[in-house]
Amino acid sequence: MNTPSTAKSPKETLQGGAATPEVQTFDPRHFHAQAHDALNNPQIRGNFRSAMDGLMRKRRDVFAEWDLETLRQLGANVRARALAKLPDLLEQLERNCQANGIQVHWAENGDEACRIIRKLCESRGARRMIKGKSMVSEEMHLNAHLEAAGIEALESDLGEYLVQMAHETPSHIIMPAIHKNTGEIADLMHDKTGIARTLDADTLTAAARAQLRERFLTADVGLSGVNFAVAETGTLCLVENEGNGRLTTTVPPVHIAVTGIEKVVEHLQDVAPLYALLTRSATGQPVTTYFNMISGPRRTEEHDGPREVHLVLVDNGRSRIYQDDELLDTLRCIRCGACMNHCPVYTRVGGHAYGTTYPGPIGKILMPHLLGLDATRDLPSASSLCGACGEVCPVKIPIPDLLVRLRKESVGEGRGNVPGAGVKRNAKEVAAWKSWQWVATHPAFWRLGTGVAGRFRRLSPGHLPPWTDYRVAPKPASKTLHGMMRERCRTESDS
Amino acid sequence: MTPVKLYPAKPEKVYLFGTCLIDLFYPEAGMDVVHLLEREGVEVIYPDDQTCCGQPAYTSGYHDEARAVAAAQLDLFPEPWPIIVPSGSCGGMMRTHYAQLFADSERQAQAEAVASRVFELTEFLVHVCHVRLVDRGEPQRLAMHTSCSARREMGLAETGPQLLQQLSNVTLVEQARAAECCGFGGTFAVRHPEVSAAMVADKGAALEAAEAEHFVTSDCGCLMNIDGHLQHERRALRGEHIASYLWRRTA
Repeated sequence: MNTPSTAKSPKETLQGGAATPEVQTFDPRHFHAQAHDALNNPQIRGNFRSAMDGLMRKRRDVFAEWDLETLRQLGANVRARALAKLPDLLEQLERNCQANGIQVHWAENGDEACRIIRKLCESRGARRMIKGKSMVSEEMHLNAHLEAAGIEALESDLGEYLVQMAHETPSHIIMPAIHKNTGEIADLMHDKTGIARTLDADTLTAAARAQLRERFLTADVGLSGVNFAVAETGTLCLVENEGNGRLTTTVPPVHIAVTGIEKVVEHLQDVAPLYALLTRSATGQPVTTYFNMISGPRRTEEHDGPREVHLVLVDNGRSRIYQDDELLDTLRCIRCGACMNHCPVYTRVGGHAYGTTYPGPIGKILMPHLLGLDATRDLPSASSLCGACGEVCPVKIPIPDLLVRLRKESVGEGRGNVPGAGVKRNAKEVAAWKSWQWVATHPAFWRLGTGVAGRFRRLSPGHLPPWTDYRVAPKPASKTLHGMMRERCRTESDS
Repeated sequence: MTPVKLYPAKPEKVYLFGTCLIDLFYPEAGMDVVHLLEREGVEVIYPDDQTCCGQPAYTSGYHDEARAVAAAQLDLFPEPWPIIVPSGSCGGMMRTHYAQLFADSERQAQAEAVASRVFELTEFLVHVCHVRLVDRGEPQRLAMHTSCSARREMGLAETGPQLLQQLSNVTLVEQARAAECCGFGGTFAVRHPEVSAAMVADKGAALEAAEAEHFVTSDCGCLMNIDGHLQHERRALRGEHIASYLWRRTA
């Protein structure tokens, strides 16, 4: 996860060849320390709080006139139906893509996908790649892989561009640079690209646009993600706001689309409800500025467009999730990010603290399958199970239930089919829960124990860290409810 | 969340499942529940062998242990009376998760039957008892923190405020981000103490910023967390269970 990049940054040319620091890395094994740092960083806290407040408000407003429950159920049904037929739909997608002239490649894991993409580049002598936003490419660390092979991969999504320039990783799946405020972005662009320092967002955007425009024209390969892959038509749908996706997929001579195998939908008409849900849930937009439907390379009579289009379908652990009828719901995700926007934990610790490609609630239920429960041991527990994520999920993924399921797997009481299952099982904690079970199933002992705790309440510990680091210790009442109710029965029968 | 819920007529008797936190730390709140129900003409039966709904183990992933404890509660409610739970999280556990916990077991039907008879206290007072409250208290600015499980798992964001709005001298104020979790989350508060602390600090500050003179919750977990934090920080604002507040002002 987030292996440090030893390769040179593709930004070097823009920076005049300065020595490149390593990509800033976070590791899910250090969740506690990373969360601690974020919690004590007022800048991070403030940036996320205000950004998430805005996103929550926008989503609420844009759905105000909609029958949201019906739409969410429709979205959930569309995704569930696609997953129920996934093997057939993937084959149908491959056939129809090939019929459209799209070359289809299958990758069992991230490394294989990286190799496929690198070989496609190398065999065409390609040295410069321009990238539209793709979380799957982040998941498999494509940039580092390509850079090691001497292929520059430049991010063209504005947020990704900034994050790459700062040698960081995205902190949000939709808004990669959301951890930065305008002032930080102004400083970054001033330092790295030499433009005059300004807080004017339009000026900053125009500067980035000017720098990127030339790179679109000179790139040998464009790489993009896929939001929906339509099986019945062999169409790749790409949702974006900046036009960088359209340039990436149309200007360079080769377009490589990379996606997880779960992104397939059955019919073209299935896209409509998912698109309606995606843009509103993600950014509160009724529609994005660009919606691309890619159905093949340039045809002979056409004057522009890529000469080759490739689709790389990546499994990377998804087929294992698919085998479990509960965990399967994880794969419904359309990557809108609403779960993180509404998560009280994410809002406070930010995306980097998780140390995973996908942060927040969806990350907590997805990353354990990709990295194992040992590497992600603190993620499933990092939720109060408040349910805000499940409430806003546009495809009704029961995220809290899946968190509980992963906790069950962590302590070895699940089906044992998640990598690292049982990693958190330890004798001390098992003994504690077994003791609790024994007392709670022996009511006489329960009454005795709680009664004694009340009688000796003065002796009850006032120092119970970590609880009492931030709160006073609860004190047992002098008489339990059991005791009070018994007394009442006696009084009533006496009178 | 059930889109349409048909409530029964007011019964003569109900069971009270007091919850372990009330039993041990807030028994007066439990007695206030009894008083409120009895005033509505409902007899309250408190099964003496009740202990805990099993939720702490359930959310921690220890489902075998949770199931054993939950099974011990299932036999305590043999009559077809409603089971009143003065907590959204224990109520949510029993109504939603008992069925999951006992799916495909010999107790499945029993668990589902018990689940269907579970009512959270404010839900029962509003929708089954149709209470009319007469406020005898002094004017006060009050805030309510509805627990996440009452709000989302049981779909009961409205019932607590509906009761409080009947109190003529009470001005119900709403804190910023009222729907956001207070950070309790059972073992979450212990496993991720710093994140939990950041959440409860924000919740306390929001309640204070709303200029509430007092606050109530429908869950003793949230109460222990928020009130415990405010006490720890030596703040003046205090909270209590909604049942105690309702009874005190209307008795």
